[in-house]
Amino acid sequence: MKKIFKRYLWFILILGLNIILLMINRKIGLKSISNFGSIIFEMLKILPPIFVLLGLMDVWVPKETMEKIMGEKSGLLGILIAFFLGSFAAGPLYAAFPIAVVLMKKGAKFSNILIFIGAWSTTKVPMFLFETASMGWRFSVTRFIMSIFGVITIGYLIELFTSEKEKKGLYNKARLM
Amino acid sequence: MFDYALYLLAVIFLIVSYKKDKKKTKMALKKAWKSFENILPQFLTILALLGIVLALLSPEVIANLLGQKAGWLGMMIASIIGSITLIPGFIAFPIAALLLKNGAGYAQIAVFISTLMMVGIITLPLEFKYFGKKISIMRNTFAYLFSFIVALVIGVVLR
Repeated sequence: MKKIFKRYLWFILILGLNIILLMINRKIGLKSISNFGSIIFEMLKILPPIFVLLGLMDVWVPKETMEKIMGEKSGLLGILIAFFLGSFAAGPLYAAFPIAVVLMKKGAKFSNILIFIGAWSTTKVPMFLFETASMGWRFSVTRFIMSIFGVITIGYLIELFTSEKEKKGLYNKARLM
Repeated sequence: MFDYALYLLAVIFLIVSYKKDKKKTKMALKKAWKSFENILPQFLTILALLGIVLALLSPEVIANLLGQKAGWLGMMIASIIGSITLIPGFIAFPIAALLLKNGAGYAQIAVFISTLMMVGIITLPLEFKYFGKKISIMRNTFAYLFSFIVALVIGVVLR
């Protein structure tokens, strides 16, 4: 019981903050609670199936397969798959983190994981269509092309600045998650 | 629509998996629950915090803050607001269109959208848990700087 309380301490504090907000400004406080509700609802729409699919992937996809298509020697194919996985997904960025961990477990190359995260954050295809509709195609196409280069560059830069030892630590941690 | 597809996909795979191997399927579900429960406290905290931030930073407030401030100051403000909040695209783009109509520049809006999607200060604690501090901070910093490059190019293309 005490352990659970400790784990959820921050959450309880934020809820307390919300109650204080409600007392100071009713309108903003209520809005914040309804925001929280709708965000939870949004999450329930995507997270449970994602976690179930991840669990299945974890037990069924052999490490060798993943290593072949996204691992150290996967080259261009690995980059393309990372982009594809990220760009056709739905959900906010934080839904991509647990997926990245399973990819690590399965031996995907670190820069490919970072490219996957980058693609998930900014080159989503459904979002691109929406962006075109509200901002015009010149805006969305320019941003899309720039983002492809940016995502790859950022992926490689981070890999460059991460030592083998740090990477190993991260992959080991992933195995325990 | 995509959400239902995801549920459908999960259910289909679960059934196939269960037919093939009950024990493995059980293990998969156990793993799924474990990895979910593992992040649940951070997750709920961040979502509750997000609720508060989004209540304070309503579309109107954002539009006011960004307003018609042009140039570097406008871009700085846009990048800061974009970095704190994590607004889903389907809310962000209408705001962006509104900003455009109100006279904000393309470069400011581009910086806002890019930081919004790539940089997340509120979600950092969660990112730390998965990637560690150094890599998370690096990723967010690079993404932040990159947003300005995108904005500069868009500013030139859409002149």
